[in-house]
Amino acid sequence: MATELPVIVTSDLETATSGSETATPRDSSRAAIPEPTVRVNGLTRTFGERRVLDGVDLEIRRGEFVALLGRSGSGKSTLLRVLAGLDPGAKGEVEVEGTVAVAFQEPRLVPWKRILANVALGLQAPDPRAAALAALEEVGLGELHGAWPLTLSGGEAQRASLARALVREPDLLLLDEPFSALDALTRITIHRLVLDLWGRHGPGILLVTHDVDEAMLLADRVLVLDRGVIAHESRVDLPRPRHRDHRDLIALRSTLLTRLGVTLEGTT
Amino acid sequence: MSAPVVDVGVRRRAVRAQPRVPRPFAAAWKRLLSPLVIVVLWQIASSTGLLPERLLASPVKIVTTATDLIQTGVLPEAIVVSLQRAAIGFTLGALAGIGLALIAGLSRVGENTVDPLLQMLRALPLFGLIPLFILWFGIGETPKVALVALGVVFPLYLNTFAGIRGVDGKLGELAQVLRLRRSAMIAHIVLPGALPQTLVGLRQSLGVAWLALIVAEQINADAGLGYMINDAREFLRTDVIVVGLIVYAIFGLLTDSLVRLLERRALSWRQSFLSS
Ligand SMILES: Nc1ncnc2c1ncn2[C@@H]1O[C@H](COP(=O)(O)OP(=O)(O)O)[C@@H](O)[C@H]1O
Ligand SMILES: [Mg+2]
Repeated sequence: MATELPVIVTSDLETATSGSETATPRDSSRAAIPEPTVRVNGLTRTFGERRVLDGVDLEIRRGEFVALLGRSGSGKSTLLRVLAGLDPGAKGEVEVEGTVAVAFQEPRLVPWKRILANVALGLQAPDPRAAALAALEEVGLGELHGAWPLTLSGGEAQRASLARALVREPDLLLLDEPFSALDALTRITIHRLVLDLWGRHGPGILLVTHDVDEAMLLADRVLVLDRGVIAHESRVDLPRPRHRDHRDLIALRSTLLTRLGVTLEGTT
Repeated sequence: MSAPVVDVGVRRRAVRAQPRVPRPFAAAWKRLLSPLVIVVLWQIASSTGLLPERLLASPVKIVTTATDLIQTGVLPEAIVVSLQRAAIGFTLGALAGIGLALIAGLSRVGENTVDPLLQMLRALPLFGLIPLFILWFGIGETPKVALVALGVVFPLYLNTFAGIRGVDGKLGELAQVLRLRRSAMIAHIVLPGALPQTLVGLRQSLGVAWLALIVAEQINADAGLGYMINDAREFLRTDVIVVGLIVYAIFGLLTDSLVRLLERRALSWRQSFLSS
């Protein structure tokens, strides 16, 4: 990695000048800049009087790991649902190339299908069950393939849901706060797992979260959704695994928290 | 007779929650005690002439009559005839009820066509239709089978329809994201999702089926349990009447526990949750 370049590039996107800067990303870590998998222009979504998304512009490149931060109710899930093709009511340009897989905030396992059948559901593969079993082993659930969903713990169910999304080998993986219900220990394990799987399968990832640390530790780029637009973007070019006490991340944390409307006193 | 709408799962859990009785036989005996006392008192009343046989035969007499009826082949013959009516009527009614629920549940057009019609027909009193049925179908097997079938249609239709419509919309979204074809979505999400409610409908409809059979067999039957009972009435044979009633009751209980067994197997994904 080029040491001359700043590791973290941060820009607020509310002014047109800084917005143009991010149009040409300074990512030197990848040889060629891949084609975007997602291109969103001027996306708006209103519910009744409320304009939840008010002109969102977003690009996600092939294999890029993007984290989307935002306060609760800021429209993160709404945006993700649009990308997943689940919201016909949104207006604007939305292009999503390739296959998409989603892991919802709640695991959404089909309760009357055993874990293996859940992962294999609708899977187009020569041997869906074998592929599903392999995916379950990847997330460390190989032994539970015959269990009923209602008997799983929250963390296990989330991992099964993740396996169901990953086994489709999507070009784009949409994760809607999939780790928020997990305890801290399980979350660390799953973070590692996601990075590991991302490294091996290389999908573009949009991770919706409200956890600043999670976003910083995992993503190439951290976005903040605020008042209906992507109000902030930070590029994080630190190698993984990252440590949350890293000097640059401490600075980034307070920047992001400020962007999210949290003021920290006594921190630098 | 008609099965109440009870969530079996919940009841099972309540049973399991009880502390284990150290001597289960003792508990069973305690529960059997009061019925036994009644039977003994009944027998005493009959033997002393307090309870005349033309009102109610004694327990001993009923048992001997039952043995007789079985040995002479009268009872088995009647049972076969009645069971046949119940089976044909139930099958026709179940096919119609579930079929109509699928039509109404799986499409808006189907719902608008089928549902208003069935809601209207549902308001008609089942047994009030008997005179019409006799006019339409005569007094043979047809009106009896038709009455059973009609009684079965509504509980199964209403429950299956509600079951289909009650399937979690989030799972519908999941099916969309997983790119399931419509047929696959119906097979994997909609129908299994509706099954618990359909089974509730099945139990209700079986209750109605037996009731409808008993009533239908009162009219102009020349064979079957109902005929046996009516015939016995003419000769004041209360023993035969009671045997007939007991047989009806046994069938009701048998089919009910059959559905419970079915529920336990088909809904094991839920049971495993409840028992854990
Ligand atoms: N289907 C809907 N109908 C009405 N309002 C909705 C609907 N979906 C979301 N909203 C509203 O849009 C806002 C953003 O919701 P959401 O995208 O779920 O927020 P987030 O995921 O960022 O917490 C919320 O105020 C929510 O109430
Ligand atoms: Mg959300």
